Amino acid sequence: MANAMTAATPSAPQGNLRSAGAGDTLFKGLCFSAAMLLMLTLVGLIVSLVIGGWPAISHFGFKFLTSSAWDPVTDEYGAAGPVVGTLVTAFMAMVMALPLAFGIAVFLVEFCPKRIANWVSTAVELLAGIPSIVYGMWGLFVLAPWFAEHVQMPIIMNLDPESFWGKVLYGVPNGANIFTASLILAVMVLPYIATVLRELLLTVPPHVREAAYGMGCTPFEVVRAIMLPTVGRSAIGAVMLGLGRALGETMAVTFIIGNSHAFPDSLFASGSTIASTIANEFTEATGELHISALIALGLVLFAITFTTLAAARLLIGREQH
Amino acid sequence: MAMIDRYTRRRIQNGIFVGLTTLATAVAVAALVMILYSLVSQGFGGLNAAVFTMDQPPPEMEGGLRNAIWGSLELCALAMVISIIVGILAGTWLAEYGEGSKLASVVRFLNDVLLSAPSILVGLFVYEIAVRPFGGFSALAGALALAFLATPVVTRTTEDILRLQSNQLREAGMALGAGKGYVIRAIIWRASRPGLVTGALLGFARISGETAPLLFTALGNPNLSFSLKEPIGSLPAVIFQFALSAYDDWRRLAWVGALLIAFTVLSANIIGRALSRRSHNS
Repeated sequence: MANAMTAATPSAPQGNLRSAGAGDTLFKGLCFSAAMLLMLTLVGLIVSLVIGGWPAISHFGFKFLTSSAWDPVTDEYGAAGPVVGTLVTAFMAMVMALPLAFGIAVFLVEFCPKRIANWVSTAVELLAGIPSIVYGMWGLFVLAPWFAEHVQMPIIMNLDPESFWGKVLYGVPNGANIFTASLILAVMVLPYIATVLRELLLTVPPHVREAAYGMGCTPFEVVRAIMLPTVGRSAIGAVMLGLGRALGETMAVTFIIGNSHAFPDSLFASGSTIASTIANEFTEATGELHISALIALGLVLFAITFTTLAAARLLIGREQH
Repeated sequence: MAMIDRYTRRRIQNGIFVGLTTLATAVAVAALVMILYSLVSQGFGGLNAAVFTMDQPPPEMEGGLRNAIWGSLELCALAMVISIIVGILAGTWLAEYGEGSKLASVVRFLNDVLLSAPSILVGLFVYEIAVRPFGGFSALAGALALAFLATPVVTRTTEDILRLQSNQLREAGMALGAGKGYVIRAIIWRASRPGLVTGALLGFARISGETAPLLFTALGNPNLSFSLKEPIGSLPAVIFQFALSAYDDWRRLAWVGALLIAFTVLSANIIGRALSRRSHNS
């Protein structure tokens, strides 16, 4: 695109023209500085997290990641509880969101009547527009009470607490636990994954699809045998993108996960994630070590999400950037 | 016989598949409807003049959300001014000057990382650079945090929309003797105006409901304040505080606030998308 342009523009006389003088150089410089500013932001973000978290990291060393003690009174901080909480909720959210997102993407590309296609895809995208805090309130005041009454209570009444499932599904019946947090997260990341998957499915060349239909394939067979293998690797990228979102989500999770630092021991136990711990404690933290431990937690979160997002970008590929 | 069997099986298989994908879509639409229904049914009743004319109340007193509404407006306006300027310039560099260079692909990648970076980390970052060194929470720090979140959105949309403009436009401008910078400002930007507005609207939609980065930058302020150096209230922060409280009045106000925010964000999204659809079609 730009190559064609530079080729079409003889560069030598340009500098002599009035309109291409100092103003243009200044403008180009401004644009360049703005782009560099963006780059500096990310570098600054990393550096500030490292500096802020350093006292805790040097104090606890590697134990910071493996210990699950989190006690501001004794100044003992270990990240294992929140880290595991973050990974578990994000993973469960993906397990729930992925089949749904795939179904939505296929429905929109293959089956949705043209008349309502725009409405349906807008509705799905609007799910991504609802602020996190609104999801949190809805989770806390609508989903959690419903879940406690219609899922947790019957389980407690009917399951032997000593049995395997009784242990896995054990929890205080208030609906604020790791499972409901994952459920909310799943709804939140659903539109991101569905939108990317849909765009990917649309990139499958029409003649390939039509050839398959011409051979008498059913839509199911076209999706399974033609479209999925074509988008393959990029689809994993879409999943990672959703995972990145789920890992760093803060407010919705803070509302509904129950906020306990203990290592989660069942599906319906309350827990915490890195983001929810920071949101809950940062303004109330007074000890230097406490603040530093929270920032170090942030650094861990950044490392996890950065890896996930970078992998997503590489997998989705260049044309989608 | 065997042929018919296989044919029937494939039809059934396909029918189940179509049914499941439809069901998945129905679940998503149902989730949206349920959330909007809760917002309207819980929040609409509390919507009255006091919400806009009175500041946030102490527990079990009459009050509104005036300080939070104005605070949110101030924070968002300030953040948007910063991110529109930086975002459009950076997006222009990516689309027009950096094209094809290694540096541009690095910037593009980092911008994408920022785009999906957890917002709470941006809050920590701003705490480190704008709160701790100056010894206090401030509206300015809050606006800065929001600007960091909106800028990548504006940058990304700007780059995308500028790339859609045809090279003939650029070549025509240059053939008339205009320099590259002039062509961009006078022709390309003008032709992309609806798209640039979309970018700004999507950026606004991204930040207006943000809570996490404001908690430890702008903090919150129960009184109406416009000072940049003081802590400032904001709708999301007030909702967070009120929703988790034990007071019914506070919770009711939290629902009203959530309703206001959700509909602001959703309208910004819808208008932004409608504009971009129109500019893509023309």
